Amino acid sequence: MAMAHVNPTRMELKKLKGRLTTARRGHKLLKDKRDELMRRFLLAVRENKELRERVEAELDAINRSFSAAAATTDPRFLREALAIPKKRAELKVSYANTMSVTVPVFQADILSTGAEGEPGYGLAFTSGELDEAVAALSRLLPDLILLAEREKTALLLAEEIERTRRRVNALEYIMIPQYETEIKRISMKLDENERGNTTRLMKLKDLILVDR
Amino acid sequence: MYRIGAVGDRDSVLGFLALGFEVAEVRDGEEAAGAVHMLAANGCAVIFITEKYAEAARDAIEGYKAKAIPAVITVPGAGGSQGVGMAALKSAVERAVGADILFK
Repeated sequence: MAMAHVNPTRMELKKLKGRLTTARRGHKLLKDKRDELMRRFLLAVRENKELRERVEAELDAINRSFSAAAATTDPRFLREALAIPKKRAELKVSYANTMSVTVPVFQADILSTGAEGEPGYGLAFTSGELDEAVAALSRLLPDLILLAEREKTALLLAEEIERTRRRVNALEYIMIPQYETEIKRISMKLDENERGNTTRLMKLKDLILVDR
Repeated sequence: MYRIGAVGDRDSVLGFLALGFEVAEVRDGEEAAGAVHMLAANGCAVIFITEKYAEAARDAIEGYKAKAIPAVITVPGAGGSQGVGMAALKSAVERAVGADILFK
């Protein structure tokens, strides 16, 4: 035990009682925190699952279009068409606080040097499948970013839940029982001293009465 | 201002190139791990990595798990989805809840 045998004095007893109250209050608060984290985590993870299913299905379709485009286009032209993008994807990141977990909030920004809706490459040497695939991927981008945000949030929450649960358990099964046994030990010792004192007094009183 | 990164084999990341992502083409797990570190250091807040390389570069990805950014997100590559991304989600649920209550 970490705090074995402090001196059995009233001072120590008072200190320990204070600590026990704090530990109990902390335990209750952490337990509430854990429950709320869990609720939010489950919400986040369910949403995340749906989002991921949708995004994965769309990405699969897009990947197939890209394969089709690759099959009908000279690989050199394909590479050339995409190598110098006219767009630049940038991301604004802000942070939100969910139950004292800092989670990122992403906002995508596509900076395009060309006109809106233009694929950003010459159409002469590439196939129609490529245009479609690129357009579909652009449409999917908001979902991709949202997926990133939600997934990160879920993972961070999971980590925090694990940490909080450890704390709750440490308080519940180690700290609080330790304080309780130590308080019991001290108060028994104090009671025992008190009884010893009383008997000694009674004995003394008898001795004095006999002397008279 | 942050950027978006993508790591994967050539066929899988071509599309991301068109969107103006910061793209790293890789051929093996070691390169993928290096690419993830490189993109993270170069200010990518989100890094998409294809499943195959996410498996291979798992150690590198684990390192970013506890940080708010970058978010390393697994996406299916050109070969289709093997469910690696879902598996990550599942393991997060198992760790947090203690049992898999979502994917039964």
